[in-house]
Amino acid sequence: MKLIGEKGVQRALMFTAFSAISALLLIALFILSEGLPFIFRYGIKDFLFSNDWVPQQGRFGIFPMIAASLWVTFGAMVVGAPLGVAVALFLSEYAPRPVMRVIKPTIELLAAIPSVVYGFIGVMVLAPLIREFLGGPGLSLLGGSIILGIMILPTVISISIDSILTVPQSYREGSLALGATTWQTIYMVTIKASKSGIIASIILGLGRAVGETMAVIMVAGNSVNIPHSPLDSVRTLTANIALEMSYATGMHRQALFATGVVLLVGIIILNSIASVALRKRMVKK
Amino acid sequence: MRIHPRHIQKVAVVMLGGAALFTLLILIFIIGFILEKGLPVISLRFLTGKPEDLGRSGGIFPTIIGTILLPLLAIIIATPLGIFTSVYLSEYTKETKLTKVIRFGTDCLAGIPSIIFGLFGYIFFVVTLGLGWSILSGGLTLAVMILPTIIRTSEEAIRSVPKSYREVSFSLGATSWQTVKRVILPNALPGIVTGVMLSIGRSIGETAAVIFTAGSSLRLPESILDSTRTMAVHFYILAREGISQENAYGTAATLIIAVLFINLSAYWMMSRFIAKRS
Repeated sequence: MKLIGEKGVQRALMFTAFSAISALLLIALFILSEGLPFIFRYGIKDFLFSNDWVPQQGRFGIFPMIAASLWVTFGAMVVGAPLGVAVALFLSEYAPRPVMRVIKPTIELLAAIPSVVYGFIGVMVLAPLIREFLGGPGLSLLGGSIILGIMILPTVISISIDSILTVPQSYREGSLALGATTWQTIYMVTIKASKSGIIASIILGLGRAVGETMAVIMVAGNSVNIPHSPLDSVRTLTANIALEMSYATGMHRQALFATGVVLLVGIIILNSIASVALRKRMVKK
Repeated sequence: MRIHPRHIQKVAVVMLGGAALFTLLILIFIIGFILEKGLPVISLRFLTGKPEDLGRSGGIFPTIIGTILLPLLAIIIATPLGIFTSVYLSEYTKETKLTKVIRFGTDCLAGIPSIIFGLFGYIFFVVTLGLGWSILSGGLTLAVMILPTIIRTSEEAIRSVPKSYREVSFSLGATSWQTVKRVILPNALPGIVTGVMLSIGRSIGETAAVIFTAGSSLRLPESILDSTRTMAVHFYILAREGISQENAYGTAATLIIAVLFINLSAYWMMSRFIAKRS
């Protein structure tokens, strides 16, 4: 190290510090350069808002996939957000600290389970239940929403807990001293004070749901159509890419990269909203 | 009629506690379901045998090798990059526009879905750099994917090293780099290792980013430029193409055991680390 000297070390470290951001730029560059020319050639309006996806005939409208992605993500939020926030409130406000310290990492194991396993559980357990009790093919928007709702739980729970724990103890004490019950304190004081963090946790969860691929491919059924009921089979943007990528060539492949562009833009918007919400929390703190 | 707040309080406790219990039950159910159906399939022959007839019968040995090689390559590439980045961010600069940009980039990278990594890895490593469907392409793609996790956890570990350690080192005349090498990194090591372990766990279970970059060859790889198939990809193909449900359960159970083992060891290290600190 003497040979390089302190300045040299600093310069080398600074160089590596750009690895993440240059990877990000490379990813953006390659996805955009494959996808954007296609979008402009095909026409933004036709690509985004037409319902025909018939690659063999050169028709590439991804509106059904956009609708499916939005619905599945919305469904995941309906399933996962209330459940996740409830768990976070219970662990941070009611459970004794030692209990929380055991339960929180245990629940976070949900994040470690590979998405193909979630998909498999969806196919083997959830889809037959839906088919039997609600009808339809089973592999459906509803199935996808439930599985994704479970998959976003660890994100929602751990970020919500972190943000609830930053609420100063004096707020709670003030409320309790006025005679409020713990629950009144939670929904009148704690939730209000940690609102932006909780919202950020849900949005980050949604980002995960929009981008999830393997579980959705296995559970949601993959037919290209705009869903009319939660029991319809749907194909999301991610599933569209993964299903056809292995054999697509030429225009078709570019159309899949263009689908990736749409997905990437959606994710970046979601994550930016989340990071603004999280920063707001920091400032308040 | 007005319900007394104390009754509402009771209902709230039951509902919130029920939610927590329900979530735990989901986790136990998923793990239990896979293990119950899969454990009977696992045997020494299953783990060390070659797959026959597309995986319909025989074992999963080559996919275990693939599952070890890809994450291994990924952490060999990503760990030094991640640690050096976090050392730079926490020890060599103050908060400037530049560090904000780096942090923002890291956060963005962490949010990118795995299918996009798959597309990128395919077009960049497989096609543009001409590496083909190979262990190398897959490992590089996974390295990019886990980089943000390693940067974040290393930075947290480094920041948790008490300031006084640095002051003592500097007062003895050590340079910044000597302080990093001799004082900060050894003390932050358990935290850094935890981050690396979590990244291994994530890359073992990854499918979408791997299937388009490492391919799905069932042969035992002979070089880093050979295609390989990981357990996650094998499981996906077995289950989705209906090749063999029995072997799918066996592969899933092996995968779950590996992932749980790695994550639990990571937590164990983390809790020991925290206990030592406080």
